[in-house]
Amino acid sequence: MSKANTIAPRDTAAPRNFGTILKELDWRRYVIYIGFVVVFLFFAVLLRDQGFLSPNNLLNIFRQTATITVMAVGMTYVIACAEIDLSVGSVAGLSSVCTAMVLSQWGLIPGILAGLAVGLVVGSINGALVSLLGIPSFLVTLGMLGIAVGVAQWITASAPQPILNDTFNMLFGSGNFGPIPGLVVWSAIFVVIGAVVLNRTKFGRQVLATGGNRNAADFTGINTKRIKFQVLLISGMVASVAGMLYAGRLQSGRFQWGAGDELSAIAAVILGGTSLFGGFGSIVGTLFGALLIGLINNGLILAGLDSSQQQVVRGAIIILAVALARKK
Amino acid sequence: MNTADNVVEMRAISKGFNGVSVLKDVGFDVRQGEVHALAGGNGAGKSTLMKILQGVYQADAGEILIGGKPAAINSIHDAKAAGIGMVFQEFSLVPSLTVAQNIFLAAEPLGPGGLIDDRAAVRRAKEVFSEMEVDVDPRAEVSRLGTAYWQLTEIAKALAQNATVLIMDEPTASLARHESEALFELIDRLKQRGISIIYISHRMDEVYRLADRITILRDGRHLLTEPLTEVTPEQIVEGIVGKKIEGQLSYRARQVAHDVAPLLEVRGLNAGHRVRDVSFALRPGEILGLAGLMGSGRTELARALFGIDKVDSGEVLLRGKKVSLASPQQAINAGFALIPEDRRAQGLVLEHSVQDNLLLPLLGQIQRGPLLDSTKGKELSSSLIKRFAVKVAHPHRPVRLLSGGNLQKVVIAKWLGTDPDILILDEPTAGVDIGTKSEILDMIRELASAGKAVIVISSEYPELLAVSDRILVLKDGSIIRDIPRSEIADEEYLQLAVQGV
Repeated sequence: MSKANTIAPRDTAAPRNFGTILKELDWRRYVIYIGFVVVFLFFAVLLRDQGFLSPNNLLNIFRQTATITVMAVGMTYVIACAEIDLSVGSVAGLSSVCTAMVLSQWGLIPGILAGLAVGLVVGSINGALVSLLGIPSFLVTLGMLGIAVGVAQWITASAPQPILNDTFNMLFGSGNFGPIPGLVVWSAIFVVIGAVVLNRTKFGRQVLATGGNRNAADFTGINTKRIKFQVLLISGMVASVAGMLYAGRLQSGRFQWGAGDELSAIAAVILGGTSLFGGFGSIVGTLFGALLIGLINNGLILAGLDSSQQQVVRGAIIILAVALARKK
Repeated sequence: MNTADNVVEMRAISKGFNGVSVLKDVGFDVRQGEVHALAGGNGAGKSTLMKILQGVYQADAGEILIGGKPAAINSIHDAKAAGIGMVFQEFSLVPSLTVAQNIFLAAEPLGPGGLIDDRAAVRRAKEVFSEMEVDVDPRAEVSRLGTAYWQLTEIAKALAQNATVLIMDEPTASLARHESEALFELIDRLKQRGISIIYISHRMDEVYRLADRITILRDGRHLLTEPLTEVTPEQIVEGIVGKKIEGQLSYRARQVAHDVAPLLEVRGLNAGHRVRDVSFALRPGEILGLAGLMGSGRTELARALFGIDKVDSGEVLLRGKKVSLASPQQAINAGFALIPEDRRAQGLVLEHSVQDNLLLPLLGQIQRGPLLDSTKGKELSSSLIKRFAVKVAHPHRPVRLLSGGNLQKVVIAKWLGTDPDILILDEPTAGVDIGTKSEILDMIRELASAGKAVIVISSEYPELLAVSDRILVLKDGSIIRDIPRSEIADEEYLQLAVQGV
């Protein structure tokens, strides 16, 4: 594969034939892709008469998972850094509400800025409490989950906030870019940027090092407090964009948007092979994790299961996939 | 040889991992009541052999006899039942539990109704400690005790499970000198009670002090087993390394220009309780040794200089200019590098690859625009691997798979890649085999000759005396002596100086 691989292979008496390569191949790392293909083929055969393979349905899967995908990209950074962010779902709800309210008063640009401001403020508070005060992110963001959704419900008096601005709705979720649904474009943008930054920049490496061994990262001159702050800020900002995607797709802001999404996002990240203990992260894996969840949801609906049965089957599949992907 | 005395006998053991042979046809035996030293370079197969005896790994071929009878040791549980106890190098205690609770962990004495009888546990722990003739409070929480007590608890834990053979892996690595001496006396007492000890150590003086016989492994093969009365230290070193070590471990006078301006000057430095009013100067090309007991503030001084601990007062001058060292980043930018005390916890991200670890402080060097250039990264890491002779088959495999000596080389390579002016090494050769050790000491000398300034912290006096041009003796956070190497006649002189006599 590369020059670096051939440096002084001490004691490697065994020839690297195809068999040993296959044996050394860490298939657990690819379990999400295998799982995705297996589940896809399963539904393709089982539900061929229900229109599972129709282009429309396939695009639908992408569309339905877009908000989770976007949130999960941010979550990948947080989990790879050995932290967690439970507030993403309610941040999305709060962001949708703030965007809708400001938009109806002051117009498009202030509306978008208001949504982003929600992510900025909540992400900064999360980050500051975790990095400066050293409070575990699990507790900080658990508290923030309640605060954000509470504020969203409070300022709207539980009422939905309609969005009548067509430009906003077209841009965030309802529209298409050419033949491609806008939501698909949004998730593609986040996945591409997320993957490049995590794998190919100094910041990405420092996130992984901080998650892998914070002590060693500190000794290496990495400002790990800043890194922890930054990942939680990123997660908050990304969640606020996801909230705007909800608002645009459903043409309203509502405090319930995003409720419970934190769990789907975490499941997508873990399914995608990111270590819950930090140090490793795969954005492409996360995308497939999110798509797998979307695939399962879609397939189960087409199969005619009711929502209680869907939940049981979905839970079982997630446990199974994580069990297969775990290290020995 | 009378095999009836052998409490443990391992015959023709072979073991490989992924097609790479680690042990080839190795024999090893332990007699009742003997201390048997096991020596060999990093990667010679010592730990694999011991892990087979403990039931962590299973041998591919060969057999194990316990008390003369073939035994199947397929799990740690089997090994315990066979009377084999391990005193772990990285202690295996639960810090939040008490000493007694740790000793009887998973073997708790039960009272009526199947509930744990803590009182009986304390009583039995006391019995074990009194047999060991040491004074440890079984009710104390382990986290509040020092490392020496952790080790005593570990030993008591093994003895409480009726171990007849104790495996000790570098037991003195984290002990102060008088604690080590107490451990040696304990080992003598255990020996008299008929307990056998397999003693793994890189320190020659300990091996001669304690062991009856020595077995040396090299490259996975059995090299020799001899009573220590029959071999010289030189033979042992040569056996471990595979070649003669010529004088790397003895001091060679070096020329340090005294008329040049100091590279580093520290004035009245105070940091926390362990660094008090420290002042010294360091010239380019000079190797400065820091000696002192555990807790004398050596490590803390290094941490303060590297910006990890907060400096309360005092100033640091680099080439005559005042520098601020408020964070490791600033220290690195100023030209400092610190090889930390604990390479696993502080030096490396163990689950990441060798290459990623090497490049972590060097990411700025391989950037092209905002992105990292992977080709440049590969070239840089392989040049570092070559330059520091790190033995690594796959730079993309996790660094934790390397042996202790190679881990340390990765840490050193990672830091020297930043081309520092001032290199601080905290216990650079702890747990490193003698071959690698001489390589590291040579590396230190080369750096100094190239005009860098080096600070070496070490608890091993021979090593400190081998490289240092000048030695500072610390006590309670202050420098009590500043001695040029030429004035130190021998180890004893330094030892007395450290004790403040």
